[in-house]
Amino acid sequence: MKRYSVFAVAREALRHHTGWERAWRSPAPKRRYDVVIVGAGGHGLATAYYLGKNFGITNVAVIEKGWLGGGNTGRNTTIIRSNYLQDASAAIYEKARSLYETMSQDLNYNVMFSPRGVMMLAQTQHEVRGYKRTAHANLLQGVATEFISPARVKELVPIIHLEGPRYPVLGALWQPRGGTARHDAVAWGYARACSAMGMDIIQQCEVTGVRTENGQVRGVETTKGAIDCAKLGIVVAGHSSVLAQMAGFRLPIESLALQALVSEPIKPCMDVVVMANTVHGYMSQSDKGEMVIGGGTDGFNNYTQRGSFHHIEETVRALIETFPMISRLKMLRQWGGIVDMTGDRSPILSKTPLEGCFVNCGWGTGGFKAIPGSGWAMAELMATGASPLAAEFSLSRFREGRFIDESVAAGVAH
Amino acid sequence: MSARLATYGRLIDRTSKLDFTFDGKPMMGFEGDTLASALLANDQMLVGRSFKYHRPRGVVASGAEEPNALVNLGEGARFEPNQRATTTELFGGLAARSQNHWPTLEFDVGQVNSYLARFLPAGFYYKMFMYPRSFWKHVYEPFIRQSAGLGQPPKERDADTYEHFHVHTDVVVAGGGVAGLIAAKAAAQSGARVLVLEQNAHWGGRAPVDGGRIDDWPTDGFVERLVKELEGMANVTLRARCMVSGLYDHGYVLGYERVSDHVPGAEGPRHRLWRIRAKQVIVATGAIERPLAFAGNDVPGVMLASAMRDYLVNWGVAAGERVIVATNNDDAYRTAITLKKAGVEVLRILDARETGGGALMEEARRLGIRIDCGRAVGKVTGGKRVKAVQICAHQGAGGALEEVACDAVAMSGGWSPAVHLWSHCGGKLTWDDTAAMFRPDESRAPTGADGKPMAVATGAANGAMTLEAIAADAFAAGRKAAQAAGFKLKRASAVKADPAPESAIEPVWMMPARARVGLRAKAWLDYQNDVKVSDVQLAAREGYESVEHTKRYTTLGMATDQGKLSNINGLAVLADTLGAAIPAVGTTTFRPPYTPISMGAIGGEARGEVFQPLRRTPMYDWHAAHGADWEPVGQWRRPFAYVQGGEDVHQAVNREVKNVRQGVGLLDVSTLGKLLVKGPDAGRFLDMLYTNMMSTLKPGKCRYGLMCNENGFLIDDGVVARIDEETFLCHTTTGGADRIHAHMEEWLQTEWWDWKVYTANLTEQFAQIAVVGPKARQVLEKLGGMDLSKEALPFMDWKDGAIGNFQARVFRISFSGELSFEIAVPASQGLAFWETLMEAGREFGIMPYGTEALHVLRAEKGFIMIGDETDGTVIPQDLGLGWAISKKKDDYLGKRAQERSFMASPDRWKLVGLETTDGSVLPDGAYAVAEGSNANGQRNTQGRVTSTYYSPTLGRGIAMGLVHRGPDRMGEVIEFPGTDGKTYSAKIVDPVVYDKDGEKQNV
Repeated sequence: MKRYSVFAVAREALRHHTGWERAWRSPAPKRRYDVVIVGAGGHGLATAYYLGKNFGITNVAVIEKGWLGGGNTGRNTTIIRSNYLQDASAAIYEKARSLYETMSQDLNYNVMFSPRGVMMLAQTQHEVRGYKRTAHANLLQGVATEFISPARVKELVPIIHLEGPRYPVLGALWQPRGGTARHDAVAWGYARACSAMGMDIIQQCEVTGVRTENGQVRGVETTKGAIDCAKLGIVVAGHSSVLAQMAGFRLPIESLALQALVSEPIKPCMDVVVMANTVHGYMSQSDKGEMVIGGGTDGFNNYTQRGSFHHIEETVRALIETFPMISRLKMLRQWGGIVDMTGDRSPILSKTPLEGCFVNCGWGTGGFKAIPGSGWAMAELMATGASPLAAEFSLSRFREGRFIDESVAAGVAH
Repeated sequence: MSARLATYGRLIDRTSKLDFTFDGKPMMGFEGDTLASALLANDQMLVGRSFKYHRPRGVVASGAEEPNALVNLGEGARFEPNQRATTTELFGGLAARSQNHWPTLEFDVGQVNSYLARFLPAGFYYKMFMYPRSFWKHVYEPFIRQSAGLGQPPKERDADTYEHFHVHTDVVVAGGGVAGLIAAKAAAQSGARVLVLEQNAHWGGRAPVDGGRIDDWPTDGFVERLVKELEGMANVTLRARCMVSGLYDHGYVLGYERVSDHVPGAEGPRHRLWRIRAKQVIVATGAIERPLAFAGNDVPGVMLASAMRDYLVNWGVAAGERVIVATNNDDAYRTAITLKKAGVEVLRILDARETGGGALMEEARRLGIRIDCGRAVGKVTGGKRVKAVQICAHQGAGGALEEVACDAVAMSGGWSPAVHLWSHCGGKLTWDDTAAMFRPDESRAPTGADGKPMAVATGAANGAMTLEAIAADAFAAGRKAAQAAGFKLKRASAVKADPAPESAIEPVWMMPARARVGLRAKAWLDYQNDVKVSDVQLAAREGYESVEHTKRYTTLGMATDQGKLSNINGLAVLADTLGAAIPAVGTTTFRPPYTPISMGAIGGEARGEVFQPLRRTPMYDWHAAHGADWEPVGQWRRPFAYVQGGEDVHQAVNREVKNVRQGVGLLDVSTLGKLLVKGPDAGRFLDMLYTNMMSTLKPGKCRYGLMCNENGFLIDDGVVARIDEETFLCHTTTGGADRIHAHMEEWLQTEWWDWKVYTANLTEQFAQIAVVGPKARQVLEKLGGMDLSKEALPFMDWKDGAIGNFQARVFRISFSGELSFEIAVPASQGLAFWETLMEAGREFGIMPYGTEALHVLRAEKGFIMIGDETDGTVIPQDLGLGWAISKKKDDYLGKRAQERSFMASPDRWKLVGLETTDGSVLPDGAYAVAEGSNANGQRNTQGRVTSTYYSPTLGRGIAMGLVHRGPDRMGEVIEFPGTDGKTYSAKIVDPVVYDKDGEKQNV
């Protein structure tokens, strides 16, 4: 892998950039790998990357039905934060956030992680108490957050309207080291690094079956032929239940469309990420200048990655209340992504009833921010059979009633 | 230079002059101009700067596909960035400012990027700016952000209003060009209700500019007559300035009407969003001309051939004096012919096709225009406007054969049907190799709820590119849509246009065909985002081969025109580089809206005070007049406390608490949910909903009940009163009323649909007032009426009767530990009853109290509050509420879940009281620490504060919390580190700190 740097760009400029090599190879699948990961989204690629980097396992294939990074990795609103309430969540999201801080250097690919700060507005007394509780929890979890006053909110976000007639801003939970990153670059950076380690990323290859023998995974059937493996990781978000069915077990997952939109680009006017859960909406400004807006999930299960109108109406309305200036901006584009929701809205990182088969799913509306932490934990789980970061996210928690419920802290939005 | 001609201009009214400014420069235009046509008429070729390289840019198109001519429009509360000049109707006093430059449009420092373009190819930022690490946030990114973006952010609150229309119709026609109008009439003749929406202010689309004859009429006359006819049909509605912005599931269509953008400040809404349910949608959205990708195709003065024709015919503006036309198809000859006839010098037509065109070419030749076949633009020279064209052989690498000075270039790369609407909701496309275009695949139309096609594409949007084909196609489409909408077709005569055959297009994705690399790096695809042919080729070389990867890596098609202008060129270049067929590469996904729509329109009327419905109790105004400090609780607003002269909120709360404990207080509890559950199976139903046994409750009695979800967690609580054998009244929390009603209905409708029960939410039918305190009975007895003695109405009984002159229902229940009557009267009587109580209570020192005093009172008694002691992870057993869980029932919602191993574990955190060792108030939400850290390095915890208050009754802080095995650890002191840096020590105590035996409430 040729390193990227300003010097490399300058050198290539002299020959009109004709000398750049492929960011990742496009190989035909081999007959057999030590590990097959299904799903070349952020989580799948990160899993492969840390299998190689942390455990030296590089005989790995990452299989992707469409194009890599084309699912939720390329559809989310790019928010990175770790101000979660429950210990297990805070641990894995904080691990992820800290890995994001050095990801560009680690991957030699600028993922543009920008610790611009994430703010969650408190607009009811109930929310004030909830966020104060989160701040206390974060204190003991080693996650730097604080509950800030309305005046400080205004200082950080000059375009905000504090004294909305219905839900005045009473304060906010502030995580200064949260932020955003360039979502596609995360997938591309991992893909390039995986490929450089000799792993095969196989796009346009759909898994059509899981082969098993005596309760042990043996490989997968794909549209590009059968591939054997000793260990199988299923990391396919919205379609997890479909893959699990092929592998012969069921997952407590429902799939829903989550709505998002962007405005036309304008000059910088908002540096931080603001989430307003009482009124249901969140917004940040991308480096391109677009206001990136996230809304809620459609009220019915489906697999269609399409924008619908009803939710964005509610979201935009809420954000006009919060940031009146956006009323005269225009919506450029809206879209939907399929989120995989568990009963407690927390992920599953787990062994499965099928020996050698592992799942990583259920990230729901909050997957992007978790990518490196999720990959780190999943790699450890697959390589060694256990990971402290993943321990509480096992499938057995549903049977035991050991829920990790963030709804109290997170409201609707992630 | 560009200038207004004395003739032409079918859309302008030369008698009505309009003054406007551009970058402060005064200019003049006519009624009927667009901002773009008016700018061109004033020879303003340079109108903006591109996004990345800050290249000087001019108007390139005449419609929604315009990528360059975006302006900051208006001032103050009516300011709007990124307004497209080509679709902005001119009005008197319009003030436009150009965007994305510093300090001026003419001299922009940012243009240095353009000189460095070679060092800034697609995706350069992924490869650099990584060291030192902190520089991304503090140096590189701020710089990138500042030079990106386009228009300025609005600063003020929007002065305009917006509204929504809700419409049901049989057929929506998107587009009022000839195709749309013909289809509309054909559909309407069946009797179907037809709604025709046109994005522009004028009907007929391109046809009046392009000429031809339909039904023996010239196109403009045909359009005029047809519009008049449609206006006369009762079942047809026509709306101009109303764009169909999106097609969604099940025939849901959004129309975006720009009601007063052209008359700012006019009365009424600025935009109106039409929310339409249609049985069928006719997609008659026309086609968009493609640019040609030659070097310097972005120099101001290079324009789409069709746009140059539009400016001339519609607005009487010639884009230049000496024009060169470059094309690969016949249509651009129309531009040359029109220009020539208007007296503009047409220096040359460069036709990439070796054999040139057909009849139109002959006509151009007859007019004396020189036509060079097999020739191409090698390069356009000029900075802020076109100076010359270097002509080359199209099949070469771009070696200049000749340089011709000119001041404008008209280009045409062929046409792409506007298939956006067709594609929004799953309609698929097919590649037409002959016509070199993606067009709708009729066999894979978007489908409605019934799985049948819900859209019909027609006209140019359907790939019909001649007037003759369009007329025939549109007539058939209208009839097809009507039939699909369930209407019987009547006999009608088809619409016929005169044939005007054209010779075939030759696809040209790069000009010249083998352009050398230096030229490819100057051949623009996406103008606004500065994506060139070389960028797409770079993406392909680096493995970003999927069209979505290419798009995201290069930003092709991500600008405000969303790729309308040249996405097809881009993906054809990609296909060519990959050696793949264009259909194999495919398109990126078309997403709504078709063109950007205002956030204001999406939000509609609901803003400010009416952002959400404000629910008021009948006593709302009284509270407001008596110092209420409001707290939003769901859509309600409840008094947090009543602040009296001089005191602060905290002092008010303390006063209110003391007054209840010592005298008598009034609380407005009207917001509590009141759900009526009635029917022969009502008892059985409530036994499933509540953990308690409700079916055994006797009429006249009340019982405190708990509701859990399927996962066993406590979701609501409240008092259930049995009204009669078949009727229960279930009280819920304020926030729970709607949610619990929905919860009940969900179970009734999906699981127990055969049970004979119905529910009704009576919350707003009653005003409910709690009269609380040792003197409560005295106040009520003073009013006279029903017997409220302990014997006649014991604790946890209810009774209907009279209190004074009011018909009331009285519940002997208490959430404060004091003697308490909760009294419901009809909502209409609420205020009168409240005032009567205040009057009667005056001698007893009666005072109203708010939600905070309510919280303190209940916390002193150790009563739990949903949302404080519960958070979706707490089961009743955690809260010492095992007594409220019936052991006799086979089942209730949550029972099975509560039997799971972790739920039944003794190691759960359980409810206790917490008493600080120094009497201080514990911080909200603090956690109690335990020894050591967990495997992830987090401090171990053993409990947390759920409610914490200052108790004026006890004169110190009181708190409740959940602590690991708490009830077994009474007297133990545990520590709570606060976010304020202090550590609080608290003793584990009984949660009930006031009147443990309940003597006060039971009097």
